[in-house]
Amino acid sequence: MLTNPLAINLKVGLEIHQQLATGTKLFCQCDCNENEEYTLVLSRSLRPAQSELGIIDPAALFEFKKIQSVKYHAANRTSCLVEADEEPPHHVNRDALESALIFSLALNSDIFDEIHVMRKIVIDGSNTGGFQRTMLISMGGFIEVNGKKTGVQSICLEEDAAKLISDNNNLREYGLDRLGIPLVEIALEPISGTPQEVMQLALGLGRILRASKRVARGIGSIRQDVNISIENGRVVEIKGVQKLEQLVKVIEYEVIRQHGLMIIANILKNERGIAEIRIDNRIVDVTDILRASSSKKILESLKDQNTVYKAIKIEGFAGILGYEPYDKIRLGKELSQIVRFYGIGGIFHSDELPGYGISKEDVDNIGKKLAIRSRADAFIIIGGILANVSSAIESLIQRLEVVLEGVPAETRAATQSGETVYIRPRPGSARMYPETDVAPIKVNNLLLDPLRQKIPRPIEEYITELISNYGLNKKLAEEIFDSQYLNLFGKIVSSTKISPTFIASKLTEDITNLERQGYDSSILTQERLIEIFNELDHGKIAKESVTLLYQMLMNHEIKDLNEFESGIETMTEHQLEEEINGILCKHLDTIREKGMNSMGMLMGRTMAVLRGRSDGQKINAILKRKLEQIVASEKQ
Amino acid sequence: MGSVEYKGKASELLIENDIKIGQSINIQTNNGKYSGILLPRYELFDDNHVVMKLRNGYNIGINLTKIRSIEKGSSDSQYGAYIVGKASHNVNQTIGRPNSDQAKVEGTLPKVALISTGGTIGSKIDYRTGGVTSVLSASDLYLSVPEISRYASVDTEVLLNEYSENLRPEHWTLMANKIIEKTSMGIYRGIILSHGTDTMHYSSAALSFALRNIPIPVILTGAQRSSDRPSSDAALNLIGATKFAIESEYSGVFVIMHADASDNLLACHLGTRVRKNHTSSRDAFESIDIKPVALINGENIKMQHNPTLELQRREDANYSSYKTSFDRHVILLKYYPGFEPAIISYLVQSGYKAIIFEGTGLGHVSNECIAQLKQAINSGVMIFMTSQCIWGRVNLNVYDTGRDLLGIGVVPLSDMTPETALVKTMWLLANNQHSGDIKRMMQENMCNEISSISPIQLDKK
Repeated sequence: MLTNPLAINLKVGLEIHQQLATGTKLFCQCDCNENEEYTLVLSRSLRPAQSELGIIDPAALFEFKKIQSVKYHAANRTSCLVEADEEPPHHVNRDALESALIFSLALNSDIFDEIHVMRKIVIDGSNTGGFQRTMLISMGGFIEVNGKKTGVQSICLEEDAAKLISDNNNLREYGLDRLGIPLVEIALEPISGTPQEVMQLALGLGRILRASKRVARGIGSIRQDVNISIENGRVVEIKGVQKLEQLVKVIEYEVIRQHGLMIIANILKNERGIAEIRIDNRIVDVTDILRASSSKKILESLKDQNTVYKAIKIEGFAGILGYEPYDKIRLGKELSQIVRFYGIGGIFHSDELPGYGISKEDVDNIGKKLAIRSRADAFIIIGGILANVSSAIESLIQRLEVVLEGVPAETRAATQSGETVYIRPRPGSARMYPETDVAPIKVNNLLLDPLRQKIPRPIEEYITELISNYGLNKKLAEEIFDSQYLNLFGKIVSSTKISPTFIASKLTEDITNLERQGYDSSILTQERLIEIFNELDHGKIAKESVTLLYQMLMNHEIKDLNEFESGIETMTEHQLEEEINGILCKHLDTIREKGMNSMGMLMGRTMAVLRGRSDGQKINAILKRKLEQIVASEKQ
Repeated sequence: MGSVEYKGKASELLIENDIKIGQSINIQTNNGKYSGILLPRYELFDDNHVVMKLRNGYNIGINLTKIRSIEKGSSDSQYGAYIVGKASHNVNQTIGRPNSDQAKVEGTLPKVALISTGGTIGSKIDYRTGGVTSVLSASDLYLSVPEISRYASVDTEVLLNEYSENLRPEHWTLMANKIIEKTSMGIYRGIILSHGTDTMHYSSAALSFALRNIPIPVILTGAQRSSDRPSSDAALNLIGATKFAIESEYSGVFVIMHADASDNLLACHLGTRVRKNHTSSRDAFESIDIKPVALINGENIKMQHNPTLELQRREDANYSSYKTSFDRHVILLKYYPGFEPAIISYLVQSGYKAIIFEGTGLGHVSNECIAQLKQAINSGVMIFMTSQCIWGRVNLNVYDTGRDLLGIGVVPLSDMTPETALVKTMWLLANNQHSGDIKRMMQENMCNEISSISPIQLDKK
């Protein structure tokens, strides 16, 4: 629908966060596994602290105003007093440091001689200390993907954050198991190109990391953040893109969102001649006016005596808040997302009123109270608990004041559907503070020289190796290389007699297909997959049953393989013959017409009914024998 | 703060290029060009590196051998001055201040004095060592914990700026005299002393004796996580201390710190019965052999029942004169297997007037020590016995060893903690002439340091 990305000077900076496969955490000796259950709980509150430079970061201040209390859940072995922020960090995990240095070497990045561990202040509760420990390993360098070089901005080694369990306005809950798992963060120079090109770049970078065999695999082990900007706009940081397909959608969405905001700014500046947006004290209490409205939602909320409704006048904005330069892109929506962070459902604005049970009379009364004299003026209504409303209004005003800039600098989160939602203002460099509990680390050739041998080879070599060692085709080789199952694949191939191509396709295409149908693949743990292929190798389950078995496990139809196998055994030889007879009877006409050539079609029909309930080869043999009998008897 | 200047080769390079700490610089290395602010070098590190803060906020060190050129940046950083300590932070940037309405009612709020002595509660990075040091003033603290202004109008004063491991008995005297000065002004409902945590329980014991019969509560508090981090326990501890200072019906010396690992519950301990029992956790402070005197949960102060304690109500305090001196000629000595008895005579020769033993179990030292101890006692040195078990009471009647010790004149100190015993002896020595009096008073309960009943069940929270 839009708009050549190149025409608006789209720039996309990719930043990937990859968990390292170190076994233990970055600053303590706890396991890097995730917990299914937690046994301990802590509750904490965080406050902004001054940076080394004596100022408080705006993003930190924003989070502080929003969150009252954080609850942390933990279990022994995956968390200790270090994660609980009750003990200073231990030494940096040597293995993790080496991995980060190897990636820096692989990307020709300039490694610093002395690495200083920093605290990046993040007080959304995702870190017990109120900061993420991070260290800048190197800057500069490049990556080459499909013959195109892209510059590397920086490579950092840092701690992963705690896992968000629930978020309900004032209280957030996190699991500490993920906190402190080593992550390498690689930020690339912004590139101009299509979303697909960006995706290829992300894939290429991911492959270099995977080739090192030093990174964790599986859902959530790699996350992409993207910094997106268009001409004349500020940079918007999008966090938490987990899958590459989502990346393309997010970029496409941001392009129209950002361009839409630019269009709105231009209308205000050029068509309406607005040079500055000032809200000042054009805010009035409209609680009493709305008490007379017929909006069920408003009346319900007013049962709480602490609820207030306030209206804010915005001069010259009539028609702007509801205007859609692109489908579903509205300034009103942007503002609603901001207030949601204060536990407020959203806003009403004059472009959509009268409506929602607010009558023309109510609107007129609000207009009078706001001293609106021009039809060109707009207003916003916001309601909730007074403290929340005050904080939300403060954020709204800050946002409105930069509407004329078009795209403000902010941090947003990617949604599953590929849209983005507001999280907080963009943090500045003021959020960095030295980690005083860890001494700086010297890097010299004594450390680096042995690591040069460990630089991963070009990806093509690994793919070629997979092709020649296992007889895979190129597509399958790439798929298994990119999947989380590469190591598992090797294990299964060497411990069974099953064909590598079969194993690879079952570990990639089949699982991916089921994921696309909405099944949860996390139930297929490594242990379970090994078990499945072992049973297959011992002839206890049929080749054809594997996909069905996956599906039944993912669907919680069965708990384990025993249940599945006992399901098969209930079908006796006799029952099997009966079933096949039934199918043959239904298709006698076709058999008469096509003779033995109907075998393919019949096998398909039979398998559709019997898949997983018996071995495919056995079914095939019985079917073939019976078909021959029928064909022979027909001839007679 | 010590020297944060560069030394040796690094210093030469910087002087040559007329570059000072805190200035913005550009460095061209063999591999790239880096811009940022020149940071101080930790004193304990080598002189082969220049440390800078890059524009992205990260600090890095660059080896001198890789530097091709170094020059002053075009614009001087607004932050540079802050780093070298020539500018304070912008007050508008604190997380909140008492608003103007509040300021108006301040006159009606009870007054509290906040005296700061240093420690983690007011610490930030030290460019000398790269560790943390105490620098924030009490008034900084007040600005960063604006909640305090809900309860009290707080006057702040910086008395000392020391980590508590650097404090000496003279400092206890200094603290006591300052508290007496504030108390005698008659305008404060309570006094808070911010203090490094390592020796806070020694100071709280010392002040308990020095300020006997003080008519207002004196509360020591600190932080186990430095106040330069968002997760610092300082704010909650301070808020709780302020609440208790105002609302407590009782006077005396208390320690208020976290009761557990969460930021909800605070425990108020008695100055003579508290001990730091963990190196780093928020709830490191515990009451020994008694429950904390109070628990503070949000707005709610709940006094706990301890049958043997005799807390003093504010109105019952009849102070006349305080004794604030301490005599350092006391040693706290831990007995261990292989302990060399000759140490005892060495201490006697060195002029010590009293030895507090941390004996094993019920209060024992090996029988090899008996002869030396006897000599020491004969030459006028007092020997007191406490237990390294920390919890429980010494009893020298149960085993032969104990009876022998009693027989030669070793004085058992019941359930007094070793640290409190040390401090009490220092205080008694400074304020009394006769060792007979001192021995008697050591066994008498003066500030709830001894209790006659050991409770069966002790909820430590």
